[in-house]
Amino acid sequence: MPPPLRLSLRDLRSPVVTAPAMDVAAGECVALMGASGSGKSRLLRAIVDLDPNEGQVSLDGRTRKTVAAPDWRRAIAYVPAESGWWDEQVAPHFPDDGPSPSGLVALGLPETAGQWLVARLSTGERQRLALLRALANEPKVLLLDEPTSGLDSEATAKVELLLREELARGVSILFVTHDPAQADRLAQRRLRMADGVLQEETANEAAAS
Amino acid sequence: MTGYIQLTVLDLVLASGLLLAAALASLLLQLGLSRQILWAAVRMTAQLLLIGLLLKLIFAITAPWLTALVVVAMALLAGYEVRQRQANRLAGWWSYGLGASTMLLVGPLMTVLAVTAFVQPEPWYDPRYAIPMVGMILGNAMTGVSLGLDTLTSAMKRDVAAVEARLLLGGTRWEACRPIARKAMRSGMMPIINAMMATGVIALPGMMTGQILAGVDPEEAVRYQLLIMFMIAGATSLGVVLAVVGGTWRLTDERDRLRLDRLTEAKAD
Repeated sequence: MPPPLRLSLRDLRSPVVTAPAMDVAAGECVALMGASGSGKSRLLRAIVDLDPNEGQVSLDGRTRKTVAAPDWRRAIAYVPAESGWWDEQVAPHFPDDGPSPSGLVALGLPETAGQWLVARLSTGERQRLALLRALANEPKVLLLDEPTSGLDSEATAKVELLLREELARGVSILFVTHDPAQADRLAQRRLRMADGVLQEETANEAAAS
Repeated sequence: MTGYIQLTVLDLVLASGLLLAAALASLLLQLGLSRQILWAAVRMTAQLLLIGLLLKLIFAITAPWLTALVVVAMALLAGYEVRQRQANRLAGWWSYGLGASTMLLVGPLMTVLAVTAFVQPEPWYDPRYAIPMVGMILGNAMTGVSLGLDTLTSAMKRDVAAVEARLLLGGTRWEACRPIARKAMRSGMMPIINAMMATGVIALPGMMTGQILAGVDPEEAVRYQLLIMFMIAGATSLGVVLAVVGGTWRLTDERDRLRLDRLTEAKAD
């Protein structure tokens, strides 16, 4: 039995992006590729309804219109390339008392990272903490915008391992990457954006072989 | 009224001699201000003479519709002034509408409260009381609302990433904007709080000084001043809260998005 359909788009249109159709199954990982400025981030923003857009978007069969925006964004987590922070310290950005120690360790961060000051975080630390912060809501879909762009190979491997665990739990992932090798490692399929339009599917070489 | 000393035209002509001295000093020191000083003086004289005539006329007629008309006109002008002081304006009708509707609400509300509940002139709409009061209330509320809105819009622009981060984690528009709205309200309230602190110590308020010069007992003048300060503080806080909540509402939408596309940069004018 094929895995159930998780995220589905039909005729998504915003002033800057168009996506005729896209279906992502539960536990499936899709790489979103395309030149800089082709609208990849805009597409992810439109899916979580952060930019005004029209069209059919559904999650586990429920259409977006019937779900309040905050609930929608808890179920579909978008982690932008540049994360935003509103408090001086790391911990207040997490529900409950701060980041889970197991999550921190899994991403190669010390358990005390919750007490760190946001202003002193490196790009890579920000990126990993932003991912953990999004995972704390236990989303069903992860939309990740270049999740490892600021990381060295060791930290990248840790993030990819964590993402594989999420996939195994049935979470679907759509991620933007400029690295074909990463797309091969993680994704079953690749999608391409060009001039603001989501293109027809192209087979992922790794998955095909 | 006892002890009121009338000024003659000659008094004023002689006093304006000081201004001429200032203009002369500017000329000698090559400050390049003499033309501006004289022009400002002429303008001020004309404006004040005109408003004096206008008020005399309005007081002579003393009709409720006329008082209402003047109050509304002043509130609309204050709303326009709020718009002029914004570096980032709400797009379209809102740029004027938010400030104007806030002024239109708090100015008349506080003034009607003051003349019906506290001062109680006969008739209650006597423009001699209502117009100076609404002027003082609007002038102060306008400063607070301008500052509050300016802080709101500039902070929203600067902290887009932080606001969107909260939205992305499932926050509502009110949760996401709360720190910024709170900051905007604080900055809008600051001038009136400072004014209350300084009143009577560093600055003697203009209205109170005027009443004392007109022969009113200082204790009596203080009571009037306190009343008007309470009215001003009430109008400013109400106005600031309404304007900041209204601005936040307009800069976000029903799907809990941040809508900075509804903000335009003011052109230098």
